[in-house]
Amino acid sequence: MASVTLAGLVKEYPGGVRGVDGVDVEIGDGEFFALLGPSGCGKTTLLRTLAGLEAATEGTVAIGDRDVTRLEPGDRDVAMVFQDYALFPHMTVTDNVAYPLRIQKVGKDERAARALETAQGLSLGALMERRPAQLSGGQQQRVALARAIACHPQVFLFDEPLSNLDARLRLEARTFLKQLQKSLGVTTVFVTHDQAEALAMADRMAVMESGRIRQVGTPREVFQRPANTFVANFIGATPMNLLDAQVVDGRLDLGGFTLPVPDGFAVAEGDKVVYGVRPEYVTAEGATADGGVPEGSVVGTVSAVENLGVHVLVTLDAGEQSLRAVIPEADEPDLGDALTVTPAPGRALLYRADGDGELVGS
Amino acid sequence: MSAAASAAPVRSSARTLAPARTVATRSLVYAGVCVLVVFFALPLLWLVLTPFSPAPSYRATLSGFTLDNMAKLFDNPQTWPSIRNSLVLAIGSSVLVIALAALAAYALSRVRIPGRDQLLYALLLLSSIVTGTAAMVPIFLMLFQIGLIDRQVGVVLVLSGGLLPAAVFMLKDFVDSIPRSYEESARVFGASPSQILRHIVLPVIRPGMATVGVWALVQVWGNFLVPYVLLSDPAKQPAAVVMYTFYDAGGQPNFALISTFALVYSVPVVVLYLVVNRRYGFAFQGGIKG
Amino acid sequence: MPSTSPEAEVAPVAAAPVPARPGPAAPDGDVVGLGRGRAMVFVAPALVLVGVFLVFPAVWTIYLGLLDYSLTGSAAKAPTFVGLGNYVTALGDPAFTRSLYLTLLYVGFSAVVGQNVLGFLLAWFFRTTHAVVRNVLNVLVLLAWILPGSVVAFLWQALLDRRDGTLNAILGTTDYAWAIDHPMAVIIVFNIWRGTAFSMLLYAAAINTVPRSHLEVARMAGARPWQQLRDVVLPTVKRHVLTNTLLITLWTFNDFSPYLLTGGGPDNQSEILPVYIYKEAIIGGHLGYGSAISLLLLVANLVIAVAYIRLLRTRSHDEATA
Repeated sequence: MASVTLAGLVKEYPGGVRGVDGVDVEIGDGEFFALLGPSGCGKTTLLRTLAGLEAATEGTVAIGDRDVTRLEPGDRDVAMVFQDYALFPHMTVTDNVAYPLRIQKVGKDERAARALETAQGLSLGALMERRPAQLSGGQQQRVALARAIACHPQVFLFDEPLSNLDARLRLEARTFLKQLQKSLGVTTVFVTHDQAEALAMADRMAVMESGRIRQVGTPREVFQRPANTFVANFIGATPMNLLDAQVVDGRLDLGGFTLPVPDGFAVAEGDKVVYGVRPEYVTAEGATADGGVPEGSVVGTVSAVENLGVHVLVTLDAGEQSLRAVIPEADEPDLGDALTVTPAPGRALLYRADGDGELVGS
Repeated sequence: MSAAASAAPVRSSARTLAPARTVATRSLVYAGVCVLVVFFALPLLWLVLTPFSPAPSYRATLSGFTLDNMAKLFDNPQTWPSIRNSLVLAIGSSVLVIALAALAAYALSRVRIPGRDQLLYALLLLSSIVTGTAAMVPIFLMLFQIGLIDRQVGVVLVLSGGLLPAAVFMLKDFVDSIPRSYEESARVFGASPSQILRHIVLPVIRPGMATVGVWALVQVWGNFLVPYVLLSDPAKQPAAVVMYTFYDAGGQPNFALISTFALVYSVPVVVLYLVVNRRYGFAFQGGIKG
Repeated sequence: MPSTSPEAEVAPVAAAPVPARPGPAAPDGDVVGLGRGRAMVFVAPALVLVGVFLVFPAVWTIYLGLLDYSLTGSAAKAPTFVGLGNYVTALGDPAFTRSLYLTLLYVGFSAVVGQNVLGFLLAWFFRTTHAVVRNVLNVLVLLAWILPGSVVAFLWQALLDRRDGTLNAILGTTDYAWAIDHPMAVIIVFNIWRGTAFSMLLYAAAINTVPRSHLEVARMAGARPWQQLRDVVLPTVKRHVLTNTLLITLWTFNDFSPYLLTGGGPDNQSEILPVYIYKEAIIGGHLGYGSAISLLLLVANLVIAVAYIRLLRTRSHDEATA
């Protein structure tokens, strides 16, 4: 078991494209750490650099207190589960799981015994003589896990391990993987493009964009307080409402309506900002007949209603803006209804309209 | 009932027009099909019937059944040596082609050698333009001068050289289609380059090597021109050439021998074709992709 | 920028432990870590063999074609340089010009027209026909293609024989020597029979790539089969027609098997270029002259092959940008 420290890591391809562009992150011992981002953001490149499959251009990778930047992948004491599992098609489950032990020159009988033991822990005991092609997707995934576990590495690296499973199986595998990681207690870095997966499984996570880390934090922190508009947009089943605003007379002018400046954000008169609030963090109720707008609320007209099961996603037109609210299904409005929308206290965020869209300081 | 007919549009105009038209078109089509079946089957009849005919001749007739011709073939002193020669040439070339093509294809697929794309382009070009026919003269002269004329190893080298470009191409395509994660996975577990090659790469590309090997085998087995030009000693000639020596003193073909020999010589090709085609499909046929 | 050069990669981490092996994999997929050196060693044997037995003969042809070089006689001992003399001789030799003309006839009628049209018709017909009919015809067409050349040549000799040939027996024509009276027609029909399978397979695959929905749209609009063929299928398989034509032209151009059927005769009436080269160079021993003709064949092959590869490249380019 060990921590993983990445310092100033850069991976530059010939031609100058940077897959990883200056990453500093510390992953604690035994932590389940997710690398999240849209495709092409460099998360897989980062994982592969960590594994040693890509050579770092600058910076260092350390596992525990060992600098492994220049070490062969096989000398780093890590195990990787690939997106396509990379189970050797010509080997049985036993041989696949035992392969790392074969490289470590463990005797044939002991290899088989240890492979069986590991595989039984993952309910694969009955499948030992099968070939990968004779296994279901879920079984293949577990064989790949067993192979990673069998060599007792200090760090697990998972590259989108759930993306080849169908939706139902993926939920099961998610829970299983989390339980497994907790029981083994091995530091785990896993890459995913699915924000729900990262939120559900990770102890901490990093959100990446164009080779850089945009935010590191616990799922709760990242969800509740995205550090910038990119993360705010990327995280969440429904994207956050991000509305252009300007500070006028100490209030936020959102184009057609105003809202008070949320607590804890220091703004000056005339600042251009982005007002953010999650659709889940607003309440909506029928507007009062007299057309009055309570302080701190917005009145909008319903332009679309989408059923999400227990909730409905309502899209409203308010002033020049369009905003979304997730409300209980019992309160489902009709098209054209006027609703009063109120952001929950302490849930509204302000981002700079310029630069990288970082949170406005306090 | 064909799929097209059952799904035909049910428009009223089509319904009233269809019958007369369909019947006429159909009869025409089926007449054409019958002509084609006869056209393609007729020459093959001789191959199927004559080997078992009591009085084999040029005519393909069903006038009884005998295995005497087979017995004559097996008693003929030329039969087995020529088949053996065919095997030597075919297996020799096939093994050489597989070994060299596998090495080259793997390296070309996985390592960015400078000029790789140009090299592949040149190979593709070469394999199509330098045919046995076009290069017959210089190859004949070259082997003549380096003392490889009338030697089987010369034929093997010439045929392998001709088949290699296409073989490298096919195998590289195959290796390209193999996910690199196999090798990466082994590497993360600490396997050395030679371990990865032996444990993972070789077994995984074996089906591709088998395909290319069978392809080369069939090509050489059926080749007439190259051994015909390069081998003059009948004791070294393969079946394809020897078949044309089964004539009696009067210049009349020995039908009993030729027919049975043609059949025995053809069967392996057909069998191999069926095996490979069932397993790997169209990619094998002619070595190019449609 | 120092970090872009490969040497600089190692510099910033001088304190790192010495790697046991060459270091992490290069980004180009050389996972195993062969490196360029070993990769070249892997490629070399194949290149040597191809170089010696394929490239060298082709290049040597250019030189040989400029010599008066024979296997026998005085020209055998001391080949003399005659420059373009062989080419002048060839162009002035009616046997050569006729051979060229016969080759064009052979390629044009048997491949460009015969195999192409018949192959497409079969592929189109197979699309809707009953499985039994399709399989029977399919097997016959394929057999004609995969059987060894020397076997099929003899099968056709048997079919066309003057006295006992099956064709004469069926048509009731006795003592009619097809191969002697119509040698060109015979080798053309023979090559259609022999090679249609490739066009059929290629077109069948091409027609399969036409999305079903396109045909269904055409059918719902009321298009008849030939209209579907013209408006939906042909535009899609247009490129395949060109591909196929180029390939079968190339192969037919270099086809030696008519020699086994007619021997180029009678009276050189079916002496296409490959047979002409064989007779001149190998039988007649005129190696210099034969090389000159071979070079013409090589150049013709080159033109066709370059056209073909251009076509493949534009296609993969189209797919990449699509």
